Amino acid sequence: MEALLFERDTILAAFWMTVRLTAISALGSLALGTVLTAMRVAPLASLRGAASAYVSVARNTPLTLVLLFTGLGIGANLGVELSDDIATNNFWLAVIGLTAYTSAFVCEALRSGLNTVPVGQAEAARSLGLGFVKTLRLITLPQAFRAVVAPLGSILIALTKNTTIALVVGVSEASVRMREMIETYGDQVIEIFLGFAAGFVLLCLPMGLLFGWLSKRMAVAR
Amino acid sequence: MFGRSLFAVFSVMVAATACGGGSASYASVVDKAKNDKKLVIGVKADQPGLGLRTPDGAFAGFDVEVAKYVAKELGVDPANITFKETVSANREAFIEQGQVDMVVATYSITDARKQKVSFAGPYFVAGQDLLVRADEAALTGPETLNGKKLCSVAGSTPAQKVKSEYAKEVQLQEERTYSACVDRVLGGQLDAITTDNVILAGYAAQHAGKLKVVGKPFSTEKYGIGLKKDDTAGRKAVNDALQKMFSDGSWTKALQASVGASGFALPQAPQLERY
Amino acid sequence: MSFANLYEAPGPRGIRRNRVLAAVVALALLAVAYVVYVRFDQKEQWAADKWLPLLRGDVWATFILPGLAGTLGAAVAGVVLAGLFGIIFATARMSDHRWIRGPAAMVVEFFRAVPLLLLIFFAFFGSFVLIGVNISAFAAVVFGLTLYNGSVIAEIIRSGVQSLPKGQREAAYAVGMRKGQVMRLVLLPQALRAMTPVLVSQFIVLLKDSALGLIVGYDELVDRGLNGIAANFSNVIPAAILIAAIFILINLSLDRLAHRLGVSGRP
Repeated sequence: MEALLFERDTILAAFWMTVRLTAISALGSLALGTVLTAMRVAPLASLRGAASAYVSVARNTPLTLVLLFTGLGIGANLGVELSDDIATNNFWLAVIGLTAYTSAFVCEALRSGLNTVPVGQAEAARSLGLGFVKTLRLITLPQAFRAVVAPLGSILIALTKNTTIALVVGVSEASVRMREMIETYGDQVIEIFLGFAAGFVLLCLPMGLLFGWLSKRMAVAR
Repeated sequence: MFGRSLFAVFSVMVAATACGGGSASYASVVDKAKNDKKLVIGVKADQPGLGLRTPDGAFAGFDVEVAKYVAKELGVDPANITFKETVSANREAFIEQGQVDMVVATYSITDARKQKVSFAGPYFVAGQDLLVRADEAALTGPETLNGKKLCSVAGSTPAQKVKSEYAKEVQLQEERTYSACVDRVLGGQLDAITTDNVILAGYAAQHAGKLKVVGKPFSTEKYGIGLKKDDTAGRKAVNDALQKMFSDGSWTKALQASVGASGFALPQAPQLERY
Repeated sequence: MSFANLYEAPGPRGIRRNRVLAAVVALALLAVAYVVYVRFDQKEQWAADKWLPLLRGDVWATFILPGLAGTLGAAVAGVVLAGLFGIIFATARMSDHRWIRGPAAMVVEFFRAVPLLLLIFFAFFGSFVLIGVNISAFAAVVFGLTLYNGSVIAEIIRSGVQSLPKGQREAAYAVGMRKGQVMRLVLLPQALRAMTPVLVSQFIVLLKDSALGLIVGYDELVDRGLNGIAANFSNVIPAAILIAAIFILINLSLDRLAHRLGVSGRP
C-alpha cells in the first residue's frame, strides 16, 4: 500500500498519459473508421478494394506488431519525424499505431450498422435526388451510428486497455509504471496490481455505463 | 473470492500440465547439481557474442560457454543443461522464484541486486560504452551526448546514468531489444546506443563498416553469476569453478571464440570477489 | 453488393467518370507504395541477406515453428477456458438470484476493464506471493487470456440470449422445462449460433492477444520468431512482415471458417 501512496504522482501521470492516448486515438479512429466505411460502400471498386484490404490487414495483425511497424517502419525507415522531442515523437507514433488498428474495428462496426438501416431509407433518399455522398452523410450513416453505439463503446474500452501496449514504441504509460513498480516493490505485487486495475476500472466502467445508456437512448425505434 | 479460487484452479492446471523446473527445492545449487545431475540456467537469447539462440536451436556465446564450464565443474553434463531465456527485467525474479538455478546473462553485480540474489564472480569486467554510426565524428564520449538521442533497452539502467552524470540534455529512448535500437540508429532517427562495450561489440561486428564502438568506457560493470540469495555453498563452488576456468586457459579461449572476431581487445581474467 | 442501393447504377457518363476516379485512386495508392519502397530501399530493407534467412529450413525449425506452436497452444487453451468461463458467467449473470447475479456481474465487469497486459504481469509475478507456486509463462498468458476474453464472451452470450424472442423462453416454460433446461436446451444453443460471427472475431482477438506473452518471455511468434530471427540476422522489418503475414493468414482462414459455419449453421 505504501508503494501506491508513495508513487501517487507518477501513477497519476501515467494514467493521464493513458487518457490522452485514448482520447486522441479514439477521435482519430472514429474519423478514419468513418472514411474507411464510406470507401467500403463506395461505387468505385478500387476504393472498396483498398479499404477492405486495409481492414483485413489491420484487424488481423496483433497490435504489438502494428505498433512495432509504426515505430520501426514509419519512424526509423520512412524517416518520418513528428517532433524533435523523443517523448512527443513516441506519443504520436503510438497514436498513429492505435488509430491505424482501432479504425479497422470502427469500420467493421459501422458497416454492420449500415446493414441494419432498412433499404427503403436509401431508396427514398435516392428518389429525392440525393447522390451517394449525401445519402451516406445525411440518411444512412447517422442511423448506422445510432445502431452501433454499444459496439463503439466496446471498441473505446478496448482502445483504453490497448494503450498499455504503447510501451512497444517507448511511451511510458500505466503498464510501464506498473512493471517498474513491481521491480522496485516486489513485496507489494498484489496491492500494486489492484491499484492499477482500479485505475482502469475507474476509466472503463463509466464508459461502459455511459455507452449502455446512450445506446438505449439513441436506438432507432422501428 | 472468485479470483482466488480461479487462481487455485490454474495452479492445479499448471501442476498437471505445464509443470516446469524448480519445484523440488534444494538449499544450494550444489545439491541440485549433485542429486539431479540437471540444471536450468538463465541466459540471454538475443545478444550476439554473449547469449544468442542460433538457427540450429542451440545457445551460443561467451556467457553460455561460462555456464557450461561451471556446470561441468558442478558435475552436470552440458547435455543436461536446460538453457532458459531471460531478459534484463526478469533476472532477479527468475532466481528468487526458482525458475532458474543460476543466471549467466551479462548480469552486473550491484549492491541493489545483492539484496535479492547472490553473486559469484565476476567472470568478466565490462564497461559502459557507446555504439554510433561509423561516420559519426562528433560523438566521442558520454559528455558529447547533449541534445542527442540515446537508445537503451527497457529494464537496464545505464541510459539513466548517462543523463544524470554526463549529459543532462540527452534524450532517452527505450526499446525492447537491441536489434530495434540498432535499426533506429542505422535509420538516423537516434544517434547512439549505450550498454556494456562487450555487448556493443557484438552488434558492431554484425554491422561491420556501419557501426562502431566509441571505445571510451565510462563505468565498470562486473558480470557475476546470479544465484539464490544466501546460497553460500553454491557461491563458493561456482567461484572455484571460475577460478579453474581462468587458470586453465578455457576462459581466454571462450572469450576469443565468442567476441574476438569483432576486434574487441581481450582483457585479462578478472579478480574474483568472494564475499 | 448488399450496399448497391446506396447509389444509382451509373449511366455512360457515370461509368466514364468512375473509370477516371478509379485510375486516380489506383495511381495515388501506387505512389504511396512507391515512396515506401524507395525509402525502405535506401535503408537496405530489401537486401537479399535480410530476406533469404526467412526461407531457411533451420530458421523455421528453431524460431518460427516453435513460436507458432506457442502462439497456437496458448490460443487454443485460452479459447477453451474462455469459452467455459463465458458460458458459466453469462448464465450466472442471468440468474434469478441476486446473490449469484451480483458477484458474477462484478467479476465480469472487473476483468473486462483490466488490460490483459496487467493481468499477465500480475499472474506471472504475483502468483508466488499469492499461492506460493511459480506459474509458468504459459499459464500466466492463458490465465490472462481466459479472464479477459472469458468476460467479454460472457457479455456476448448474454446479449445473444437477450436478443432471442421472448416466445422461446415462454414456450419452453409452457412445455414444462425447468429453469436450467430452458437455458441449456433452448436459449444457449440459439444464442451461441446467433453470435457465432461475434464469437469468432473475439477468438481472433484472443489469438492476437497471445502475442503479449512475449512480455513475460513466453515463446510465441513475436518473441521467439521476430526477436530471435532479428538478433541473428538483424532484419527486424522483414521478420516482422513475415510474422504479421502468418497472423493475417491464420486469422483470415478463421474468419472464412466462421462465415461458412455461420451460413450452414443457421436453422
